[in-house]
Amino acid sequence: MGFLAEKKALITGVASNRSIAYGIAQCMAREGAELAFTYQNEKLQPRVEKIAKSLDSEICIQLDVAEDEQIDQAFRVLNSHWQDLDILVHSIAFAPTEEFKGTYIDSVTRDGFKLAHEISSYSFAALAKAARPMLNANGALLTLSYLGAVKSVPNYNVMGPAKASLEANVRFLAADLGSDAIRVNAISAGPIKTLAAAGIGGIRDLLKHVELMSPLQRNITIENVGNAAAFLCSDLAAGITGEILYVDGGYHNLGMTFEVD
Amino acid sequence: MSVEEKVRGIVAKQLGLGEDEVNNESSFIDDLGADSLDTVELVMSLEEEFDIEISDDEAENILTVQAAIDHVNNNAN
Repeated sequence: MGFLAEKKALITGVASNRSIAYGIAQCMAREGAELAFTYQNEKLQPRVEKIAKSLDSEICIQLDVAEDEQIDQAFRVLNSHWQDLDILVHSIAFAPTEEFKGTYIDSVTRDGFKLAHEISSYSFAALAKAARPMLNANGALLTLSYLGAVKSVPNYNVMGPAKASLEANVRFLAADLGSDAIRVNAISAGPIKTLAAAGIGGIRDLLKHVELMSPLQRNITIENVGNAAAFLCSDLAAGITGEILYVDGGYHNLGMTFEVD
Repeated sequence: MSVEEKVRGIVAKQLGLGEDEVNNESSFIDDLGADSLDTVELVMSLEEEFDIEISDDEAENILTVQAAIDHVNNNAN
């Protein structure tokens, strides 16, 4: 029996079998968790349904986090399947493509900044609020961040401030939900080539750089993130909350290297 | 297996089609029902399988199976 046996997990943000959320779902399923999935729109629905089926899940719910009504509705639907919930995985972010081109100072706009923060950061608090009535004690919320939250990274641009806000969200939600014995953590994953990452200019150069420079001298996989996520959302991590766990081959620890790429 | 066969196999797998449904002249979007996410994933799969790089500008011009085959033949390492 796996270490997530009898845990029920809602997984957001699956778009394909390259998605980080898919890696997480796979590892959680392997450890015995029962899964439900959300999809943003009708275009993604068949993709998510196929993946859900492959992981023995029958529950796929429409959820566009831009709409408060959809958030409420999604949890009503979830509640019609499950009485309670143990794990919520938030793997959602968005900024307009133009925001990832060129320098931050040139590309950032008021609208892009607002949208990036709303979809990538506020949505985590919104889902936490909506999930709270269903969440069991010893439950766990998890979100996905990136180094751009704490350091400048070329082309990541407005998503950096948005992830900084998301990481602050983790700390504040952890403080609020601790008294319910609900833990809130984030994984700061190294760059991974997903559909979403394909929209970031220079993602190839980022991946090459990490492969050359990081202590483990390779890029990380969605399975690496999935295993860390399964652990963080399990009772094995019962003492950990408000934490940002780096799953990046050790890259974030570097101050300087003598290698030149 | 030839480049042609490999490319057709990747396309069929990505789009959930039988290999006999994929012809060299097939257009990903018009004939094979691919959406924009499929085409991005298709390019990623080609890059991995053939160890090549396909820039965004190049990817925009790879609209048919034949265009993918040509790109791989012209850029194979």
